[in-house]
Amino acid sequence: MKQFNYVITDEAGIHARPAGLLVKEAKNYSSKITLEANGKAAEATKLLAIMGMAVKNGTTVTVTVEGEDEEKACVEMEQFFKANF
Amino acid sequence: MQQYSGKSIFKGIAIGKIYFYSKGEQQVKRHKIEDAAGEITRYNNAKEQAINELTKLYEKALKEVGEGNAEIFNVHIMMLEDEDYNDSVNNIVENQSMNAEYAVARTADNFYEMFSNMEDEYFKARAFDIKDISERVISILNGASTGSDIGNEPVIIVANDLAPSETVQMDKDKLLAFVTELGSSNSHTAILARTMNIPALIGVKIEESWNGKMAIVDGYTGTFYIDPEEEMLNEYKAKKEEEENSRKLLQDLKGKENVTLSGQKINIYANIGNVTDLAAVLQNDASGIGLFRSEFLYLESDHLPTEEEQFQVYKQVAETMAGKKVIIRTLDIGADKQVDYLNLGKEDNPAMGYRAIRICLNEPEIFKTQLRAILRASAFGNISIMFPMIISVNEVLQIKKIVAEVKAELDTVGIEYGEVELGIMIETPAAAIISDLLAKEVDFFSIGTNDLTQYTLAIDRQNAKLDPIYDAHHEAVLRLIQMVVDNAHKEGIWAGICGELGADLSLTKRFLEMGLDELSVSPTFVLPVRKEVRETK
Repeated sequence: MKQFNYVITDEAGIHARPAGLLVKEAKNYSSKITLEANGKAAEATKLLAIMGMAVKNGTTVTVTVEGEDEEKACVEMEQFFKANF
Repeated sequence: MQQYSGKSIFKGIAIGKIYFYSKGEQQVKRHKIEDAAGEITRYNNAKEQAINELTKLYEKALKEVGEGNAEIFNVHIMMLEDEDYNDSVNNIVENQSMNAEYAVARTADNFYEMFSNMEDEYFKARAFDIKDISERVISILNGASTGSDIGNEPVIIVANDLAPSETVQMDKDKLLAFVTELGSSNSHTAILARTMNIPALIGVKIEESWNGKMAIVDGYTGTFYIDPEEEMLNEYKAKKEEEENSRKLLQDLKGKENVTLSGQKINIYANIGNVTDLAAVLQNDASGIGLFRSEFLYLESDHLPTEEEQFQVYKQVAETMAGKKVIIRTLDIGADKQVDYLNLGKEDNPAMGYRAIRICLNEPEIFKTQLRAILRASAFGNISIMFPMIISVNEVLQIKKIVAEVKAELDTVGIEYGEVELGIMIETPAAAIISDLLAKEVDFFSIGTNDLTQYTLAIDRQNAKLDPIYDAHHEAVLRLIQMVVDNAHKEGIWAGICGELGADLSLTKRFLEMGLDELSVSPTFVLPVRKEVRETK
């Protein structure tokens, strides 16, 4: 299992468009990727659940990656978060 | 005749019959089913069809209104493909033996509630997206047509509110105007209306009894006339005809290259002063934004705009332009543009006073806030930065030092930014004369002809008495422009014009001869200048 924390710096938080990109990205890995924030959790492949977390600017998101390609997935997800949120 | 006023979204005139558009909310009947697997297949087929329709809408929107505005339909597709959404529908069908229409409606209600209970306005508004996509699936299941059918005659659409999907799928040839009660000037639909060139009014208290009545939408004054008198009708018909003639002439030029008969190319960009001008930039097919006046952020605010406030605006512009060049000019306040909260004080000679870069270099914090916002936004598109009122190489060196500091700060906190070209305005005779030295320090020049002319001729443009001797084509100014272009090219950088002179069609030929690489003009001049370029030998 791999994990990282990320503080959202995008003013709009995790809004629809980048959340959609996140889902697409997450589907590239066989590992299960979970987001946790505001006491809620959602799988990174589920758009509505992610939007339902209502992650706003400044919120810390914990991303957990578990599975065969977790090493690669974790590194790339962290890059993805930096680039998009 | 009745007369109403609203807020105009797009300046234009429409004359025609009113079509009262009410959302065809689908009736959902609830009934037990026997064949759950068959019902799920029925749902999956409807969902597939909905996704196909949304893909077509996306493509239509992409062509008509640009990538940034079309993106909403991709999000809608992803919502329909969402696992939780589909699990919920399948569960209701399988476990409760309910029909697909009911299962979709229940699922939509649950997600609608989840979003509408959120505090944040943005996420709250997503409830309508859920409703929009679900209605589409239900109407397919019901065998109803999903097109927003508005009949065969061109009409003025009157509605309570319109979803972007409704706006885009209406047959554009039959759309004369929109008049809605709800909606804001920055809503998706408003942006779409502007991009599609359709007069639109919002904030008009609408009545269903208007259906079928003759009406006029005057987008210039924001007035909506119902049952206008003959005389007024004729007057507006004449105005409309005039408007259409000039538009038609130019629409043919859309998508065409800015190239002369002998093959010389030039970039034609647009000048904008607000986010609301973006639609006009897209409509008029500008290849980029050559001057984004950032002042409005400061002038329309009662406080210094924060980094976040600025970032959101720059990002929106960069994203909407989707990779096309966007040149943001840093704060150019002072002279005739004053803000109270800066306490700049009254000056005897403000045009030559404490303004623009002079303020920025004296108050680096204000400057840095803006630079950080621009650099952050540069990760989302193709942004360049341009600095106004330069008179010396030393100023440019100071600016570059500050930009480097801001970049270093962003690097430390791991915030990304794009490749950003740094350029300067050439609007003082000093800058023009030392443009050989300045060209070694920057990536481009943009000539601000309004100020350059005023300073070169020592003529205050606000003073009407001087109008007879004010010569916009003064040889001194034209020679300075030539000098700037030559010096730019010697150092391998490009030079353009972003002042009013750029749109002066009687000079287009001369500018091409001078070797200018770019002309940035107000959006409505992009196509006229293109026409002139294409007719030049």
